[in-house]
Amino acid sequence: MTITAPQKTAPTSPSLQPEGWLRYLSFSVDHKVIGIQYLVCGFAFYLIGGAMAGAIRTELLSPVSDFMARDVYNQILTLHGTVMIFLWIVPVVNGAFGNYLIPFYVGARDMAYPRLNAVAFWLIPPAGLMLISSYFITGAAQSGWTAYPPLSITTPATGQIIWILSVLLLGGSSIFGGINFIATILKLRRPGLKLMQLPMYCWAMLGTSILVVLSTPVLAGTLIMLSFDIVAHTGFFNPGMGGNVVVYQHLFWFYSHPAVYIMVLPAFGLVSEILPVHCRKPLFGYTTMVYSIMAIVGLGLVVWAHHMFTSGTPPWMRLFFTIATAFIAVPTGIKFFNWLATLWGGRISLNSAVLFSCGFIVNFVLGGITGVALAQVPFDVHVHDTYFVVAHFHYIVYGGSVFVIFASIYHWYPKITGRMLDEHLGRLHFLLTFVGFNLCFAPQHWLGLNGMPRRGAEYDPQFQLVNQISSAGALLMAISTLPFLWNVIASAFYGAIAGDNPWRALTPEWLTSSPPPVENWKGEPPLVTHPYGYGTPANEIDLNSASGSDLWRGGQ
Amino acid sequence: MTSLTPPNAQFDHLDDHVADHGAEHPDHRMFGLATFLVADAMTFAGFFAAYLTFRAVNPLMPGAIYELELPLPTLNTILLLVSSATFHRAGVNLRRQNNERCRLWLMLTAFLGLGFLASQMVEYFTLPFGLTDNLYASTFYALTGFHGLHVTLGTLMILIVWWQCRSPSGRVTASNHFPLEAAELYWHFVDGIWVILFVILYLI
Repeated sequence: MTITAPQKTAPTSPSLQPEGWLRYLSFSVDHKVIGIQYLVCGFAFYLIGGAMAGAIRTELLSPVSDFMARDVYNQILTLHGTVMIFLWIVPVVNGAFGNYLIPFYVGARDMAYPRLNAVAFWLIPPAGLMLISSYFITGAAQSGWTAYPPLSITTPATGQIIWILSVLLLGGSSIFGGINFIATILKLRRPGLKLMQLPMYCWAMLGTSILVVLSTPVLAGTLIMLSFDIVAHTGFFNPGMGGNVVVYQHLFWFYSHPAVYIMVLPAFGLVSEILPVHCRKPLFGYTTMVYSIMAIVGLGLVVWAHHMFTSGTPPWMRLFFTIATAFIAVPTGIKFFNWLATLWGGRISLNSAVLFSCGFIVNFVLGGITGVALAQVPFDVHVHDTYFVVAHFHYIVYGGSVFVIFASIYHWYPKITGRMLDEHLGRLHFLLTFVGFNLCFAPQHWLGLNGMPRRGAEYDPQFQLVNQISSAGALLMAISTLPFLWNVIASAFYGAIAGDNPWRALTPEWLTSSPPPVENWKGEPPLVTHPYGYGTPANEIDLNSASGSDLWRGGQ
Repeated sequence: MTSLTPPNAQFDHLDDHVADHGAEHPDHRMFGLATFLVADAMTFAGFFAAYLTFRAVNPLMPGAIYELELPLPTLNTILLLVSSATFHRAGVNLRRQNNERCRLWLMLTAFLGLGFLASQMVEYFTLPFGLTDNLYASTFYALTGFHGLHVTLGTLMILIVWWQCRSPSGRVTASNHFPLEAAELYWHFVDGIWVILFVILYLI
């Protein structure tokens, strides 16, 4: 591998931002500060959404609606889905890690549009607070995160309108972020750095941002039409006025199926960064990884109607969308086997980051298999809107994305804070999360196959035992947050000093101090042409100098 | 293998971050605007798709009125197409450092935009259907209204640029013409959308 030594220039001391912790509450334009803002804000919403999940699982301990009123259950269910998707996973896998890492990876001092970046973040807290406060004002939206009409037209209007407004704000934030990532990756690369030399997360974020820019505006337009139906009594989606509810579903899923890839593609990228470092092996099949990301982007835009097989879709549409969906398993499978091949024969250091990454691989392949199953029309019409679907998408978004978020926090915490996380607490966190997650969601496959419909506060008493098992898993997941919270807070003050490159990694963000200086590197950004150059014969690679800490020190 | 090569002199002249915070960054604003316009176009695409689907599968309820006249929208199409050309002339004159001419062309473009909006208003008031009368009517108003919002914003941008380039040493000059170029790209985009809208709503 080749790392160009940084130029020996006298370091300037620019002060572009407020100092100290207060800068995290400011309109800072530093991509690292904005990344942390996204991460902490997202995690706060994760706790709120998790509390809602706890309320849902408590209600489902018994077959009757006894813990909360039915309409309250609907509100909590809607808020849980919306908060987890739009305020936790999308902002964190895109905004948090994207902002923190992408400028490092392309060798830039900041994102292409730093102020737009800050605007994109600062749209999120007000939108989130508005969404949650609707519960206390007149009651939140009750139509689920899909807001299907006619349900969303007939349920109380105020909550629904507040829901639409906050989702529009969050969508705007997402589009601004996507524009920024595309420009940063394509236009801000360090001279000499080619596209095919970029770390995989850049490719994942490029693909994700293309999806964001192409699909989010369609959701925005659809929600504007829906709000017209609610406020101005137009009839776009109101069958009573000659409208067409299925058009809403098409437009909604044109965004919301790509939204699944907006949530998991960055996770794919992050795992591809974490595994090679801790296995001391190059990422297997870099080129196929790139092409499969782009294939997922292309196919992801033309599979949306597989969510609508029971919405009166004509046979040719069912055929097309079944085949297109099944095709997505190919690039996804390529990535899956590439990760396995990266692990294969590596000197794996089985720390918390790797444990969570491996947990991701296991969970994601289970969620992927049920996904391929759900793409088949004969099976889908059987389990549509049952707990089988709930289990499937939680395996994708929780077992997939959230596991990767935790893996990434364990991996990059030393870079962000300069201190290590406690490994014992990390393993306890992983054990509780992995067991709790599978205990919570694996039984839901059975529930769905046996016909328990989703979204309801009440169910057939024969399902009670399995629901209680699922709720016990949810309790474990709630408990698993405690060692994690203790770990990240205590380690920030008392954790072992990490040093600049505790993992001896080769990607550019490790070739600087921990935490990094405002300008990312003292001196010129390093030119890293082989970010995964591990595992070359021992006599040819000196891991200590390859770690790069000498490089940036030499730059001062 | 690891090799610690000396700084690559061949890249030095390319590196926009050498002197970093003191030096000018390359200008990626047009790229960002173009990406945003792709997103904006997708919003319109969603509306168009909804309209075409409604037309294909949702027959109007009995007694519903949905009739469009061609003359006014044809005039509007001509107004917008001419305004694209006049905006282009404004840009050419700015680059020739002829600010007075540039402002003249800009003002003409703004008037054409306002003319479009006025003509659209006349059409709205003379149409035999209202926003909530039927499905096609609602979609018609949503599409033309959303486009009209874009024309309004574009006209405001033109007037702002007109103000900014009032002096040869002002905010918008031959050497710093980003505001004008951005407004021009946006204006061409809005015109292009109108042509598609005209074909889909009025001709098909």
